[in-house]
Amino acid sequence: MWSSKNSVHVFGSPTSSRPTTCQLFRPPLQQQYVVITILAMPPRLNIVVPIKRVIDFAIKPRINQTKNVIETNGVKFSLNPFCEIAVEEAVRLRESSKDLVESITLVSAGSAKIQDTLRAGLALGADKATLIDIPAIDDSRSLELEPLAVAKLLKAFVEKSNANLVIMGKQAIDDDSNQTGQMLAGLLNWSQATNASKVTVDEASGVVTVAREIDGGTETLSAPLPLVITTDLRLNTPRYTKLQDIMKAKKKKTEKITPEDLGVDITPRLEIVSLSEPAKRTGGGKVDSVDALIGKLKGAGAI
Amino acid sequence: MTVCSVVRVVPSRTIRRRLVVSKRLTSFMSERAYRTTALRRNVSENGRAMMQEPREEDEADVVIVGGGPAGLAAAIRLKQQEQEHGKEIRVVLLEKASDMGNHTLSGAVLEPRALNELLPDWLEDPPSPMTPVKSDKMRFLTEKYSIPLPAPPQMHNSGNYIVSLSEVVKWLAGKAEELGVEVYPGFSVNELLYDQSGAVAGIATNDMGISRAGAPKDNFQRGMEFRAKVTLLAEGCHGSLTKGVIKKYDLRRGKDAQTYGIGLKEVWEVPEENWHEGEVVHTMGWPLSSNVYGGGFMYHFGERLVSVGLVVGLDYANPWISPFREFQRMKHHPVYSSVLKNGKCISYGARALNEGGLQSVPQLIFPGGALIGCSAGFMNVPKIKGTHTAMKSGMLAAESAYTAITSDTTNDSAIALYDYEDKFKKSWVYDELNEIRNVRPSFHNPLGVYGGILYSGLDTLILKGRVPWTFHHKASDASATQPADKFKPIEYPKPDGKLSFDLLTSVARTGTMHDEDEPVHLQVKDLDAHTNASYPKYKGIENRFCPAGVYEYILDDTKEEGVRFQINSQNCIHCKTCDIKVPTQDINWVCPEGGDGPKYMLT
Repeated sequence: MWSSKNSVHVFGSPTSSRPTTCQLFRPPLQQQYVVITILAMPPRLNIVVPIKRVIDFAIKPRINQTKNVIETNGVKFSLNPFCEIAVEEAVRLRESSKDLVESITLVSAGSAKIQDTLRAGLALGADKATLIDIPAIDDSRSLELEPLAVAKLLKAFVEKSNANLVIMGKQAIDDDSNQTGQMLAGLLNWSQATNASKVTVDEASGVVTVAREIDGGTETLSAPLPLVITTDLRLNTPRYTKLQDIMKAKKKKTEKITPEDLGVDITPRLEIVSLSEPAKRTGGGKVDSVDALIGKLKGAGAI
Repeated sequence: MTVCSVVRVVPSRTIRRRLVVSKRLTSFMSERAYRTTALRRNVSENGRAMMQEPREEDEADVVIVGGGPAGLAAAIRLKQQEQEHGKEIRVVLLEKASDMGNHTLSGAVLEPRALNELLPDWLEDPPSPMTPVKSDKMRFLTEKYSIPLPAPPQMHNSGNYIVSLSEVVKWLAGKAEELGVEVYPGFSVNELLYDQSGAVAGIATNDMGISRAGAPKDNFQRGMEFRAKVTLLAEGCHGSLTKGVIKKYDLRRGKDAQTYGIGLKEVWEVPEENWHEGEVVHTMGWPLSSNVYGGGFMYHFGERLVSVGLVVGLDYANPWISPFREFQRMKHHPVYSSVLKNGKCISYGARALNEGGLQSVPQLIFPGGALIGCSAGFMNVPKIKGTHTAMKSGMLAAESAYTAITSDTTNDSAIALYDYEDKFKKSWVYDELNEIRNVRPSFHNPLGVYGGILYSGLDTLILKGRVPWTFHHKASDASATQPADKFKPIEYPKPDGKLSFDLLTSVARTGTMHDEDEPVHLQVKDLDAHTNASYPKYKGIENRFCPAGVYEYILDDTKEEGVRFQINSQNCIHCKTCDIKVPTQDINWVCPEGGDGPKYMLT
């Protein structure tokens, strides 16, 4: 069902500068189209949703001066908001049509404390969860995982679970990296549609159409499975968890594995040299006239 | 307007009545059902249908509303008895905070008496931070100086621990879950279920996903019902369901009104040279004037952490007083500033607390349930400790409930925990409260704080409550407020940003969050009527007693008084002061959606 001369299969982000044959056929307008590969039969989605436990969005983080890390003692943690949106999207796909979704598996890497976060995800509607146990450094924290390490762990896990769709948050609100999804797609050699604000699955063809938010507006992509989607804020509003679902979630399975089981080396390659709070805002000043304003701007070297 | 107002008849249950129901109760059966969140006229038919859909039901033996020390102690005690006696019971505990301990705030110096009884080997795996008290200081402050005071015996804290009560609650929640209690944070309850006899038959959690206008949103989620044989209300000081239950079953008949204080506190990280581990400091006097009850505290605990705070009795008469700003200026006194300077404030919060003592403890039981902890009000004010008595009350209620549930399983009628009232009267909680019952009310005298200190000294050191008289609280806190024109407005100093802070910076430290599009949970029937009743007389007292900046009077030429009353419910930190202190008594605090509110850290 592949390529007529007009259709091409593009890997990687459409904004990447990799030359592809589709540039020959690119329409002169801003919207880019990636033409579709039709699959032979309607697929069932085996979704993996990686999630992360982060400091709650309402809390102001503090720095522990002695250890040069973010203070975690006594601080409330919760499910990363973008990850919550990802779980919600997976559940909505399941609800949109019977038999479309075969299973939704959560995966998260960290200490035993992330068990609660996984349960929150299970209560939202996922089927099972896997905890990748990361060794602890001391009482309060475990090894810091970098995006590349997470991407490698996820690659191994996704291949092990025979998934064909990964839906994950575009970034975590603690480090704002916005890298893991893209790296994962690269490692898996899958298509990726990042910063998704709308996801539609065509059941018959197995093609996923994703509208994504970019600086200039909205860009619509289509890609066949397998695919990595990262979620943006406007994709959906997660439902409130029902008490009944929380009770049911306690009975759902959570598996525990280690990075060694996946054959991944998670040694950090980056070293945090220093951590400091942003400089305090100093007051502004008022000027009386335009000349005074120009004077101040010149003095500050702005003009 | 009562809070727990849905009278829902449950036809399949309860025929016989074990408790003699007064004539007043029987009239409830003919009362029309009406809701807490009033269905606005602009809600569509479809919306109404969604909001009145029947809820899913579940059953438990005991449902506990509120996951603080009392609620968790009761839950743990219930499960311990299950292990001792073998008969299984299902215990469900619901907490409105998003996580256990997030709404818990206290000084706190913990007297481990109840904890030793509940979990005898708790020291093997204690909560953290937990610092044994090493030294006790009591001071009377003037603007510049501090005079040492002899501490009454209640204030000797050897054997006690300085803790973060929020962390203790998290730790207790872990213990409760280990024993098999079902702990569900993130669910608030505004509605009690009743059976045909008018007894409490359980609770219903709040619907979630309702817009500010009262209509269901896209993510609308109907609440859930829990039928329970016993419902324990452990909502803390001035609980919303408790308020309704006290009114409905007239539990205050023959008792004094409850009187309250507001406690504001901050947690600081201070430099090593200012920190003295295990030091407990209590101060009276400045900045409070002589006719205002209250005092400051400062506890050194954890790792270079200091808990500093101020309690102000809410029976103050001067409507120009702002407890928040009193607290901020108190920190500039050398006793406090010498410790806090160059430190960093990491947390802030406030909560109302009970000061009524034994005279204000209502009848503890009602058909189908009981009040435990600060919902009833067992705080020992001279000791400034209420956690140990709250926990003990939870344990007593649990023992009583377990016996009642497991003894006679054939009888289907509502349970009345008479046993709990008896146990309370024979317990050390009662003895302790009885001994100091005259201390706090002694401050209602013409000499104000000085008279109070004199009498308290006499009573605690010599008389020890063994007197035939009992002072009473004559008025409620709200009615004690006098008009603004009788006093001069107070000029508070501007916050300097290092020791003292402005209100909004402090509120940001609480981590409080409510949805933008959610019904306002501070219910005022008519904002204009409220403005007309309150503003001319009290000149914006709501703005001053709220420690979170919820209430504002905005200049508005179109209104009669030139101002309009605005409620910024998103800032609310669930302290309940407004419901207690507003002189017009027309602010009704109800629980917002579960998970809302502050996310306190180390408080």
